[in-house]
Amino acid sequence: MAGAVTGDLRTGARHPLHARGSANVRLQGIALIVSFLLLGCARPERATTIKFWGLGWEGEVVTALLPQFEKETGIKVSVQQIPWTAAHEKILTGHVGNSLPDVFQTGNTWIPELVTVGAIIPLDGKNLPENDYFPGIWETNKVDGTLYGVPWYVDTRVLFYRTDMVATPPRSWSELIATMERLKRETKTQHFYPLLMPTNEWPQPVIFALQRGATLVSHDGHARFREPAFLEAFSFYTDIFRRGLAPAISSAQVTNIYQQFGAGEIAMFISGPWDVGNLRQRLSAEQQKVWSTAPLPSPDGTPYPGLSLSGGSSLVISRRSTKQDAAWKFIEFLSRTDVQIRFHEISGDLPARRSAWNTPALTDDPQIASFRTQLDRTGALPRVPEIENIVTTIFEHGQLAARGQLSAAEAAARLDRRVETMLEKRRWVLERRRLEEEAAGGVAGGQP
Amino acid sequence: MSTEARAAALLLFPALAMITLFFFLPVAAGLLLSLTDFDLYSLGDAADTRFVGAGNYAALLKNPLFWKALGNTLYFSLVGVPLTILIALGAALLLNARLARYKAFFRTIFFAPVVTTIVGVAIVFRYLYHGRVGLLNQVLGWVGIEAIDWLGDPRWAMPAIIILAIWKNFGYAAVIFVAGLQNVPDELYEAARIDGAGAIGQFRHVTLPSLMPTFVFISVITAIGYLQIFAEPYVMTPDGGPGNATLTVVMLMYREGFRWWNMGYAAGVAFILFALVLIATAAHSLLRRASS
Repeated sequence: MAGAVTGDLRTGARHPLHARGSANVRLQGIALIVSFLLLGCARPERATTIKFWGLGWEGEVVTALLPQFEKETGIKVSVQQIPWTAAHEKILTGHVGNSLPDVFQTGNTWIPELVTVGAIIPLDGKNLPENDYFPGIWETNKVDGTLYGVPWYVDTRVLFYRTDMVATPPRSWSELIATMERLKRETKTQHFYPLLMPTNEWPQPVIFALQRGATLVSHDGHARFREPAFLEAFSFYTDIFRRGLAPAISSAQVTNIYQQFGAGEIAMFISGPWDVGNLRQRLSAEQQKVWSTAPLPSPDGTPYPGLSLSGGSSLVISRRSTKQDAAWKFIEFLSRTDVQIRFHEISGDLPARRSAWNTPALTDDPQIASFRTQLDRTGALPRVPEIENIVTTIFEHGQLAARGQLSAAEAAARLDRRVETMLEKRRWVLERRRLEEEAAGGVAGGQP
Repeated sequence: MSTEARAAALLLFPALAMITLFFFLPVAAGLLLSLTDFDLYSLGDAADTRFVGAGNYAALLKNPLFWKALGNTLYFSLVGVPLTILIALGAALLLNARLARYKAFFRTIFFAPVVTTIVGVAIVFRYLYHGRVGLLNQVLGWVGIEAIDWLGDPRWAMPAIIILAIWKNFGYAAVIFVAGLQNVPDELYEAARIDGAGAIGQFRHVTLPSLMPTFVFISVITAIGYLQIFAEPYVMTPDGGPGNATLTVVMLMYREGFRWWNMGYAAGVAFILFALVLIATAAHSLLRRASS
């Protein structure tokens, strides 16, 4: 199972000489001396160790910050790295199996779900400089007005493009189409596509829908995929594949997007800040000069840029953790401006705190500047625990339309029925809460 | 109760207790679960659970994704089981042939995929199947066949998984076939030869009938395994493949249960699969009785 990642490698390796149980007296003597030496090195009192789950790349690079944290607080952090593709299952099963770590990273879209199942604790009343965070991102960490997560880094999607192929980045949907049509006509490179949008990624269709002002899910728990705003955006998305401007392939079939982008087989793609780091790491020095980023085009060109996602990861504390104070210290540490800047340097992730954006490393970087512009224009997803399932269902139906198996309108109608069924339980729970509240005389109930 | 019966009960008790604790009770709990709408909301507040009777089953039968998954699973099994058995039998005959050399070596080669980690296999096969740089397409290119987008084309994704599954699993069946072949007494062949049977005659009238019990065993085991296919499509196409072309029943169950946490619904999938396996096994035992 992909969810089962590695355990702690160190625990099994203690005192290997003892484990052998040799009859050789001399060997036993050596073992005894070695274990005395080991005991002599160990500190008298045992330091607090908290467990932390980092997702994907962040789980890898966060280890570089740990020595400083341990030096400052004396708290040890044991990090387990979870791949993003398995993270959602892993966190939910971890909650049910009572094996969540003390503190962990979570995609901010998962927070409503974690609150529903009671996996994380509210963080209201902690001393946090709320004004120093991007308001759109901060909001995604709140459920019914209560704060449950602290933004660690922010992520919004922008347009990555080849400056030698696209002189001025498109500002409207029609300019985007015109640019792609021109590139398709003019470019002779083999296997060339103007745009890469893997069909198993939900952000692209969802961004287009948010830009058009689609509701997706109503407050009373109904699917809203037949409304004109969604249909228009969905047709725009699927048409790009049908016109052959983007290949209708999933990310599993993309060998190496960076190589293809560097070789000019792709002119544009929509992605997040992590790909700035990836491109810098993987492209040659010459290739570095011919790419940049731009805020997303909007449906009509004004207001520009068009909305993007209020993405990013947050840090949350497990309800069952017995070391919540130490866990909070770790969150405080990772939220400090200087640590945020350092974390940006090693991960390429964008700081959640505005004060960290004043560093020259960010202000003087043209490839990063567009993210700052975009972060002021982000839209929010519906705050329901089913959101992950819903956005997956959106791209699955997008796939059907992109491959021409259904028309965009048919796919949207089918999508609407699927999500409406999916939300039946939510409508029932909402109704139940409402009745309970009525019976209790209007005392506020929590979000389900 | 006689002393003997008491002794038997005493001896049976540990095994029965274990089976009850680790099999019958979980199955009963699963059945109960499949009659509720246990999900994320129930996880937060147990009172948010409803008894829905056959509701999950009714919803499943209306879910196009379930029919897609069921169709994929049957496609996989109906093509995969006979092919696996045929290839395994072929391999076993080669291994058992009098002229064959280095038998132990080839037996190891055939069996190696069975014990190879599926994740490692998946990495290698993803390269082999790659549309542009994959070895398979290059070889097909030499004989003039145009490149196939193995894992991206909804028509080819399932055949690609079937090829992988056969390669991964035929070795197990082959080893059992070899054992079956070695149990055929030499006297039978001798007698057949004296009666004038050629190689084909010996195979039809001695080898095949003697292998019948092995056949039944292998086909039941393979069919049960293939109806529950999960690891192969999951590692190759975790999201269910292009247009869910490789989504199997167990993958649907995993997705509903552990990804979306619709546990009641997922338990319903499990019991439908259970019924399916039961039918397949019953059909097999009927066949066996008819043939013997």
